[in-house]
Amino acid sequence: MSRITRKFIELRKKGGKAFIPYIMTGHPTLQRTGELIRLLEDSGADIIELGVPFSDPLADGPTIQKAAQTALQQGITLRSVIAFVAELRKTTQVPVILMTYYNPVFKYGEERFARDASAAGVDGIIVPDLPPDEAGALISYCRKAGIDTIFLLAPTSTEDRIKKVVQAARGFIYYVSITGITGANLSMDASIGSHIADIKEKCSTPVAVGFGISNPAEAATVAQFADGVIVGSAIVRQAESSDADISRYLLSLRNAVK
Amino acid sequence: MPALSELESAYKAAAKDSAFAAELSQLQATYIGRPTPLYFAKRLTEQLGGARIYLKREDLAHTGAHKINNAIGQALLAKRMGKQRLIAETGAGQHGVATATGAALTGLSCDIYMGSDDIARQSLNVFRMKLLGARVIEVSTGSRTLKDAINEGLRDWTTNVRTTHYVMGTVFGPHPFPMMVRDFQAVIGKEAKKQILKAEGRLPDYLIACVGGGSNSIGLFFDFLAHENVRMIGVEAGGRGIATGEHAARFAGGSIGVLQGTKSYLLQDDDGNVLGTHSVSAGLDYASVGPEHAYLKDSGRAEYTYADDEEALSAFELLARTEGIIPALESAHALAETIKRAPTLSKETVIIVNLSGRGDKDVQHVARIKGIEL
Repeated sequence: MSRITRKFIELRKKGGKAFIPYIMTGHPTLQRTGELIRLLEDSGADIIELGVPFSDPLADGPTIQKAAQTALQQGITLRSVIAFVAELRKTTQVPVILMTYYNPVFKYGEERFARDASAAGVDGIIVPDLPPDEAGALISYCRKAGIDTIFLLAPTSTEDRIKKVVQAARGFIYYVSITGITGANLSMDASIGSHIADIKEKCSTPVAVGFGISNPAEAATVAQFADGVIVGSAIVRQAESSDADISRYLLSLRNAVK
Repeated sequence: MPALSELESAYKAAAKDSAFAAELSQLQATYIGRPTPLYFAKRLTEQLGGARIYLKREDLAHTGAHKINNAIGQALLAKRMGKQRLIAETGAGQHGVATATGAALTGLSCDIYMGSDDIARQSLNVFRMKLLGARVIEVSTGSRTLKDAINEGLRDWTTNVRTTHYVMGTVFGPHPFPMMVRDFQAVIGKEAKKQILKAEGRLPDYLIACVGGGSNSIGLFFDFLAHENVRMIGVEAGGRGIATGEHAARFAGGSIGVLQGTKSYLLQDDDGNVLGTHSVSAGLDYASVGPEHAYLKDSGRAEYTYADDEEALSAFELLARTEGIIPALESAHALAETIKRAPTLSKETVIIVNLSGRGDKDVQHVARIKGIEL
């Protein structure tokens, strides 16, 4: 059983919800990413999503685009992110998910990626520009290596798409709260609750919600329907704030997700 | 993904609907000005002293380039799907102008994404789009050219998918775009085939077209694919030379990758990040190429080469002086290859060059390169 699944089971027993923060690896520096991970853990992050910078981040809004640019300028690549996780594993067992676009994985080699990422201690991957229909090979390599493959569903997803994602997803299903890109303003779709209920009827896989959640109130609302809440851009924006400010903000989110 | 499935089924239904075909063909004839002529370039042929050169005059289509063929097709489709808004990316500005035109024609609102570098070199087209009622949104992320404009267009589409149709301007992006754009552009080759049979009584020996995303070239090639004796040459942008790394020659300098929902040849580094490109022509300045071209290259059916900035600029001037036609800098790349090849071929050989657009939009840019103040 993966660290991610174990975490959700543990939370379910306690009646809790998962708080899943996202940060961009190497933004503003790799050293700062290491510090941020400690702050995230200390603030009660259940799972940490690490962004892999890419030149053309189609699903990301301006905040994460800029963070990716910064990371790329410092030479951060998929290879260095994997090495970073291996280093991280010496000090923490927190579940780690990589969010990467497909081309870096394709170029790295899917089989080699699954093997190396697993050896480094990566628990799951999200590839936002790879729909399950095209992910057959990557899914099978990840299954073999014990890496959870997390797929996205959106408010516009059809029944047929939900079925495909439910079949392909491991760890959790990433429900995109809005039609849009990361960091956009959240104008909660009134039907979000019923959408998620509909998905949960079809599977026992946990459903976490992300995109556009930036404050405790939004996080609390989303936590009512979902098994987990993902906060990305809003945290990335604070990467350079003081540790005390970040911790305060993270704790306010953590306490809202229950 | 749901948007792509919706688009695919709407397109398939439209493609079978004779009313849609009739409306499109009526507009092709009365609005776009099709068929565009196939012109025998007598003086150019004489000057080069080899093969007989015909120009397929897409530059004479409404708005001045082949882009209108696809834009009108997709605008009609969007209208039929009940969308209220068109968005598009543009490099040289021709597709932006064509989409803005399609939006005006069908009464839809229109936003065009354009890289800030391209806005600087194509200011005339920026103003044309505004005159046509479109809003031009500057994209200053990444390499600030066509690729980044596509990223922003796709981001917008993801956000506003319920009301908006994304008019992809070339044979790229996720399915069904490469197929659909090819189908709308295939009219070029269909006409050229009839016209050359009338003029020469036989099929051509060579087809030559420039390849950015690859829509004008696939449009010319497609109807000839079954005729094995017709050789096809796609010309990419060699920029400042392949060795300098400042080019957009994906076949000469790239490898297989996945960008913007398409698996094809891609200019990328060892870590899978997309490299910057350079070309004197904004319309060819793109890091990847339509997947059907990748297939034609790998299967050997078409060959691909490149012309550099200087060769394109001399072809630009040569055509202006010998034929009185100022070509788009994109099309000048196809002419540059023709200039190299025609003299080596017999006088019985027949070449059709796709003159994909007119050069009015490039006049200022060329003057600047030549150091002339207008």
